[in-house]
Amino acid sequence: MSKKFWEELPQGSVVLEAGSSAEFKTGGWRSMRPKWIEENCIQCLFCWMYCPDMSVKVNAEGKREEFDFDFCKGCGICALECPGKKGNKAIVMEEEGK
Amino acid sequence: MGKIVAVTGNEACAQALKQINPDVCAAYPITPATDLMQRFSSYVNDGKVDTELVLVESEHSAMSACIGAAAAGGRVATATSSQGLALMWEMLHIAAGTRLPIVMPLVNRALSAPLNIHGDHSDGMGARDTGWIQIYSENAQEAYDNTFQAFRIAEHLDIRLPAMVCMDGFIVSHSIERVEYIDDADVKSFVGKFQAVNPLLDIDNPKSYGPLILTDLYHEYKRAQHEVMTKVPNIALEVAADFEKMTGRKYGLFEPYRLDDAEIAIVVMSSAAGTTKDIIDNYRDKGVKIGLLKPRLFRPFPYLEIANALKDVKAIAVLDRADSFGGYGPLFSEITGAVMSMDTKPAVTNKIFGLGGRDYLPDQAEKVIDELIKVAETGKVENIKEYIGVRE
Amino acid sequence: MTTKPLKLRELAKGEDRFTHGHRMCAGCGAPIVVKQVLMATDYPIIASNATGCLEVSSCIQQYTAWKIPWMHSAFENAAATISGIEAMYRSLVKQGKIEDKEVKFIAFGGDGGTYDIGFQSLSGAMERGHDMLYICYDNGAYMNTGIQRSSATPFGANTTTCPAGDVIPGKLQHRKDLTRIMAAHGIPYVAQASPANWRDMMKKVQKAFEIKGPKFMNVISPCNRGWRSKTNDAIALSKLAVETCYWPLFEIENGVTRVTVKPK
Ligand SMILES: Cc1ncc(C[n+]2csc(CCOP(=O)(O)OP(=O)(O)O)c2C)c(N)n1
Ligand code: SF4
Ligand SMILES: [Mg+2]
Repeated sequence: MSKKFWEELPQGSVVLEAGSSAEFKTGGWRSMRPKWIEENCIQCLFCWMYCPDMSVKVNAEGKREEFDFDFCKGCGICALECPGKKGNKAIVMEEEGK
Repeated sequence: MGKIVAVTGNEACAQALKQINPDVCAAYPITPATDLMQRFSSYVNDGKVDTELVLVESEHSAMSACIGAAAAGGRVATATSSQGLALMWEMLHIAAGTRLPIVMPLVNRALSAPLNIHGDHSDGMGARDTGWIQIYSENAQEAYDNTFQAFRIAEHLDIRLPAMVCMDGFIVSHSIERVEYIDDADVKSFVGKFQAVNPLLDIDNPKSYGPLILTDLYHEYKRAQHEVMTKVPNIALEVAADFEKMTGRKYGLFEPYRLDDAEIAIVVMSSAAGTTKDIIDNYRDKGVKIGLLKPRLFRPFPYLEIANALKDVKAIAVLDRADSFGGYGPLFSEITGAVMSMDTKPAVTNKIFGLGGRDYLPDQAEKVIDELIKVAETGKVENIKEYIGVRE
Repeated sequence: MTTKPLKLRELAKGEDRFTHGHRMCAGCGAPIVVKQVLMATDYPIIASNATGCLEVSSCIQQYTAWKIPWMHSAFENAAATISGIEAMYRSLVKQGKIEDKEVKFIAFGGDGGTYDIGFQSLSGAMERGHDMLYICYDNGAYMNTGIQRSSATPFGANTTTCPAGDVIPGKLQHRKDLTRIMAAHGIPYVAQASPANWRDMMKKVQKAFEIKGPKFMNVISPCNRGWRSKTNDAIALSKLAVETCYWPLFEIENGVTRVTVKPK
């Protein structure tokens, strides 16, 4: 006999898959989009440390790469905190979809 | 056969918990349950159990800690009464909704206001809809026996629900009775090893407990929760059969007493059933065909089984040791619910008795029976709901 | 376990234990606090979480942002819930039913769930001496239910339940100094931290985890929705709070207070 929909729900509503929110993309929330200007980046990683959405990708050597636009909500903390190189920001905010 | 002792209901329950040896107990004192946990505390401090005792600062925290501990993945117990249970209310729902098999002796006591420490069922009936299994006990022996069975039912892999084992405050919790204890080794094999389901302590497989579930799934979760409850009666009977094999003591979903050829019946729970049985014997001696039904499993409520047991009676008096102000007593509502499925419906009356520990005396039972005989003859009920033993 | 070095490059190579896809508002301070706390150590961690923005946005239906065992049960009881989990851990380890993996226990609660409704449960857990770290992310109001005042809301603030009106100008009462109250419990470690000062905060978490017994940390956590600020200023504001001495960074270790960051 096939089970009813509600019979297949996890017992006690426990979520068994850790970090499953990674399947829920929040990038669509963005109205502003951060742009990374690599030549101004000093690899301080403040953007990585302060990102509330774990949306700054870092490679195996611990170097910053592109944003993860699947999740970035475009808050702009990274751009504000970015020290840049000689006063030139490595992150600027642009309007999404422009 | 186990040792025969003279103990109170609290003492017997504390002994049961000692023999079960839960991994964690979190508790807070309240009369009349205090004495139970006090005794258990001395088992902890004398090294007679392995239990971690968490002496919290409120019953809300007691149930919260029990919930955390049960989700962590071990056997958990607590005990309370009255105001303590009321303070736990929010967490009772969470324990059941999260499907955590916590076992809790509930020493039934009246609720404030006015403040009163004596036995009635207001507390347990208030928790009727929390999703807990509720088992009511007539005496110390039953409270002791039900405690073991509650663990087996609650922890059954098809169930995983919390369970309350209820006994009447003072009347049972503080009266010394003859109780037959079960040997430790038998308890151990009866209750078995705790099997963790999705334990939080399984660090390598992290789980999240307590998500937000909104309109698209909440209704289904509740449907599933109801379904689990419907499985409880069969499991309770299986467990009772095992228990009978071990002890010779028989338990059902309810206890029928001289019901076979009865024309009228009294339905009453817990200690008052004992008193009522004596009076019924007297009436039987006079040739009155009367019997008694004592519900044991109140949640889930075995409607069909009870309807079947009462199908041949003409009139029923349901005695409630709790009230629903402006409504009928809670047991009455269940019995009339059961009656709905009968082909010929008996007349049913509701008597509210014994609130705040008011003595339930033989003359009260006699009055109820005398009236019931008339109701059976005429088929007419004048007052559906009435207080008995009330000073007028 | 040796204490992890707090170098950004090294930290960035590690795996997040609180991940993306959570639904906190854009620019919320709370996820920054959580990620820094969990990143400070490699010890296994089990956390409880009081009802509030963090809880309600991090675990919805089958989606959880947590990669550690995590439990939400209600609003006022994160401390009691974790104390039950910790007690079960101790019990099972003591009985030899599970292995001791040096698990650390954390409770996260907002200011409402900590200063107000969860205060008794917190106080009780601290007094009982559970081996746990309580982290309050203080955003100064009940944000999840729409910016109502809490006892952490600053004097004069405009909230939905103490609105700046024609007669009453906003919140008339001062903040409760919860950090000092927790210190008065005589617990071995109490600290205040800010996500802008990430190294200071993570050092405090590391220190807390090396101390057995109950620990408490109060962490400022800007909320742009409630503070009516911009989505990009959570770090800037938490920095400002430290520099202006609104949110001094200090620790109280075994009763000895030390200011850990001296504003210029
Ligand atoms: C017993 C109880 N009372 C009230 C609520 C409603 N409620 C849910 S979250 C919340 C406010 C949370 O505030 P806080 O702890 O500061 O966390 P924040 O949302 O600000 O992060 C309230 C009042 C509840 N869930 N439970
Ligand atoms: S309302 Fe405030 S605290 Fe809540 S998620 Fe949004 S920014 Fe964060
Ligand atoms: Mg808040």
